[in-house]
Amino acid sequence: MITAAVTEREHYLNQSYGLKSWLLTKDHKRIGLLYLFTVTLFFFLGGAFATMIRIELLSPTGNFVSSDTYNKLFTMHGVAMIFFFLIPSIPATLGNFFLPMMIGARDLAFPRINLVSWYLLVIGGLFALFAMLAGGVDTGWTFYTPYSTTYSNSWVIATALGIFIAGFSSILTGLNFIVTVHRMRAPGMTWSRMPLFVWSTYATSLIQVLGTPVLAVTIILLFCERVFHIGIFDPALGGDPVLFQHLFWFYSHPAVYIMILPAMGVISEIVSVFSRKAIFGYHFVAYASIAIAVLGFLVWGHHLFVATQSVYAGLVFSFLSYFVAIPSAIKVFNWTATLYKGSISFATPMLYAFGFIGLFTIGGLTGLFLAALGFDVHVTDTYFVVAHFHYIMVGGAIMAYMGGLHYWWPKMTGRMYPEGWAKLSALVVFLGFNLTFFPQFILGYMGMPRRYHVYPDEFQVLHVLSTAGASVLAVGYLMPMIYFVWSLKYGAMAPANPWGASGLEWKTPSPPPLHNFDQMPVVTTEAYDYSSVIGEEIQVG
Amino acid sequence: MASEAHAHEETLALREQFETASQQKDASTLGMWIFLITEVMFFGGMFLAYTVYRRAYPDIFAIASSSLNVYIGAANTVVLLCSSLTMVLAVRAAQLGQKQMIILFLILTLLLGGVFLGVKAYEWNEKFVEHHIPGTSFHFEGIPAESQGHAQLFFSLYFAMTGLHAFHMIIGAGLLLYLIFEARKGRYTADYNTPVDLIGLYWHFVDVIWIFLFPLLYLIDRHLK
Amino acid sequence: MGSKIPLFPVQASTISGDVDSLALFLLAVATFFTVVIFACIFYFAIRYRRRSDRELPHVQHGGMLLEIIWSVIPFGITMVMFVWGAKLYYEESRPPDNAMPIYVVAKQWMWKLEHLEGQREINELHIPVGRAVKLTMTSEDVIHSFFVPAFRVKSDVVPGKYSTMWFTATKTGRYHLFCAEFCGNRHSGMIGWIDVLSPQDYQNWLNSNPPPSTMAENGSKLFNGMGCPACHKADGTGRCPSLVGLYGSTVHLADGSTVVADEAYIRESILRPQAKIVAGYGSMMPTYQGQVTEDDLTQLVEYIKWLGDKSEGKEPTPGTQGEPLSLPKLRGQ
Repeated sequence: MITAAVTEREHYLNQSYGLKSWLLTKDHKRIGLLYLFTVTLFFFLGGAFATMIRIELLSPTGNFVSSDTYNKLFTMHGVAMIFFFLIPSIPATLGNFFLPMMIGARDLAFPRINLVSWYLLVIGGLFALFAMLAGGVDTGWTFYTPYSTTYSNSWVIATALGIFIAGFSSILTGLNFIVTVHRMRAPGMTWSRMPLFVWSTYATSLIQVLGTPVLAVTIILLFCERVFHIGIFDPALGGDPVLFQHLFWFYSHPAVYIMILPAMGVISEIVSVFSRKAIFGYHFVAYASIAIAVLGFLVWGHHLFVATQSVYAGLVFSFLSYFVAIPSAIKVFNWTATLYKGSISFATPMLYAFGFIGLFTIGGLTGLFLAALGFDVHVTDTYFVVAHFHYIMVGGAIMAYMGGLHYWWPKMTGRMYPEGWAKLSALVVFLGFNLTFFPQFILGYMGMPRRYHVYPDEFQVLHVLSTAGASVLAVGYLMPMIYFVWSLKYGAMAPANPWGASGLEWKTPSPPPLHNFDQMPVVTTEAYDYSSVIGEEIQVG
Repeated sequence: MASEAHAHEETLALREQFETASQQKDASTLGMWIFLITEVMFFGGMFLAYTVYRRAYPDIFAIASSSLNVYIGAANTVVLLCSSLTMVLAVRAAQLGQKQMIILFLILTLLLGGVFLGVKAYEWNEKFVEHHIPGTSFHFEGIPAESQGHAQLFFSLYFAMTGLHAFHMIIGAGLLLYLIFEARKGRYTADYNTPVDLIGLYWHFVDVIWIFLFPLLYLIDRHLK
Repeated sequence: MGSKIPLFPVQASTISGDVDSLALFLLAVATFFTVVIFACIFYFAIRYRRRSDRELPHVQHGGMLLEIIWSVIPFGITMVMFVWGAKLYYEESRPPDNAMPIYVVAKQWMWKLEHLEGQREINELHIPVGRAVKLTMTSEDVIHSFFVPAFRVKSDVVPGKYSTMWFTATKTGRYHLFCAEFCGNRHSGMIGWIDVLSPQDYQNWLNSNPPPSTMAENGSKLFNGMGCPACHKADGTGRCPSLVGLYGSTVHLADGSTVVADEAYIRESILRPQAKIVAGYGSMMPTYQGQVTEDDLTQLVEYIKWLGDKSEGKEPTPGTQGEPLSLPKLRGQ
């Protein structure tokens, strides 16, 4: 094991110590780590709720928890995972850390706003946490009216307020990223030379900035209805409960692209590095990200096919939903083509990337199922939909996040994680995931509705399989928690470029200095040009 | 040529993450424009809800709208337009580095904004007296009982939209106060006046929102009974 | 024909087989692409695995032709999916004219169903096999959703409006009914059964629980009891339009537009008479919101529909104050 010579070099972690230096930092790298800490907490909170859900579902008439508690569990699982884990995860941790470095900037355009963004997430999270501890909320993460506005006796307002505040975190992060990409690229870093992770994050930021305000206003209307009974969603006063669904999904559909686009960006980076080859069809992948962001705003009605929307609206939204699938398909084909005649390494990040491509393909294809009107009428509001979005969010987004964490861990911390344990965890996650969620496709088509905690006996076998898978999956997520923390003290020291990657972030030491680059880079090569990189000797821990 | 990482001391006009002052100004301006676009989406959601219900209950909405005082609304519109004028003059003064003029025009803008808010408060009080505030004591004269809910919807949206607008104006007033304090310290010169410029943009935006609100809320179908 | 595939629910309606066929097509396409992608990844990963740290693969910038091919062909396939799914959806939205109406009122946490003949059921619906059934549904509180997996149909049930759904059962038997939109504490308890009987058994069932009155008769009692005949005279001489022959006709409204008088129109006219004022009449009808329940409304709707039937030359008898109507048995068709 060769270690790069490490002196007591000053870098962003040891340059200052103490709580204040973290809580008042303007450094995008430290802020990225603050986010990492926060979203990890919410991930495990959401995971705890999921565990209790799956235990309850082991038996058809189980009473591990009461029905009221069960309703709160699935609601809080959704709220924690979507708003406080998935939406911030890749952009606010890996994006914050690496977007400036990848384009050769010293920091984001607005570092103090970046810190404010993190505080907003934390404050929003505290409201949501308060609601969870004070008794919970039971409306489903979708808050459909009039149940949420008139009938639910749970902490709806506190939770909605938490989401509202966290929404501003998302908006400000997106704003920061857009301005940074437009105005702070290093000399020579043209748009066509930017890494695809930057393209994806930029597209994500467009959605965050345009979509999240609509969620904010929807929550304000929800608040007014619940507190002041203004009648906007109450049929007795002339309001329309389905209007809420339109407003809610106008944001929440693009939101799923907020969750998947950055993941796709990570995969582009990993597939390229670990094939040692530029991504096939760079421009197509880059523009596909923008296309997904734009088209994602046009399809919200596919959540309302059976919600008494007009037949003609259903036809239009089904048609458009097929459009948005095509750029994603283009990306999958391009990633696969990148492997052709590449030099494939099976390091852990690449294993997660393989897992992503496979599982995202399945999840995405089942999206095509759901876009088919006649099919959706049968399976909407069943476990088929649950399986579909978990394939994309967990099999897709979380696998990409894990891959990205492993890929960039050496750069962020200056340490290598233990490769053997990491590969094992990736395998455990892949197996556990499929065992958990594949049976749910079958459950859904058989007719098992969502959000049920008691169910007919004939569904039990599939539920037991799913719960078994969930316990394996949980192990797969706990293992990295342990070895990542272990590596901070005992991991091999990481060289500047352990993977032979080509991006600007790998031209700095691991961990990077406070201002990222000792000398501001000037870019003269295209993205993913490995010819210069292989000239160096590569050291591996 | 590679430039050095910490080549410059951090100043207001050139913070450490930027290379040149013009890069900083460009970035800040782009940031404010993007923020204003998010505000368009934010108000847009409310406008959408209003449009949906106006289409559903056009007659009641027209009647309810007629009960608003169009003269006060028009006067307020003129007040806001004038405040945008004074704001632009403040920006101009900043570009010319004329400290006293900056302060004068900022104060005028603040005063006009205050007038607007005061008039709004008077209007809202009128609504309270007439029992047009949504809630248990809401009652709108001259329409059937079944339509009370629809009239209440109009007023709910009226208060939500003008309330949100007023909230943005109050924030704007706070920002103007901040600018006045900083201007008195001589902070804004021909070389560096970005905050005046950008807060001016924000102020104009809030004005434009009102330009849309006024016709939508006060002027619909006014020629009908 | 019941499905032999253990992964599908039993096929018990005319559309179940079609939905399953679409599902199989989607599955085939998905399996194909999944296998292709998985196989390529496996093959490339192994064939091109890194053998030396100093390997540097050839640069390949991508090909326009390939991008076009793998965009256009998948798009074409998705358009087939779209058209197939849309066709089924369109069929599901058009109940046959002779469909047997059933009214559903959902509330936390039960399904109330009523037959035209007056039979009321809770959480269970008896229907004859081979006969189209059209459900007209509303909720008393929150949004629910009426889901019968064996029939492959589902529709949300929304307070304040009617939603409709239809099916034709093809197999006798007992099939799950689920509420499929989260509605609170006992959402997973809001379940029941659809009992599909042979026509003879269905008739026997109807006869075995004769209700005191049909829906239309109940509606007639309500109509008279609330004083409606005072204005809505059958011969059209009242201050308000005659309701004879109203159902299914095209109504000309005061603002120039027209509307077809369906169940939703009738319901709305009782709750919000100002919403659609008939041309030539003033806006004098008071609202009955708060005075009628959703159950009452379904019965009034059926009465007014029954008046429509009477327009074929038969003498309408709206009845005088308080005198109960005696109506002939509604025809079975």
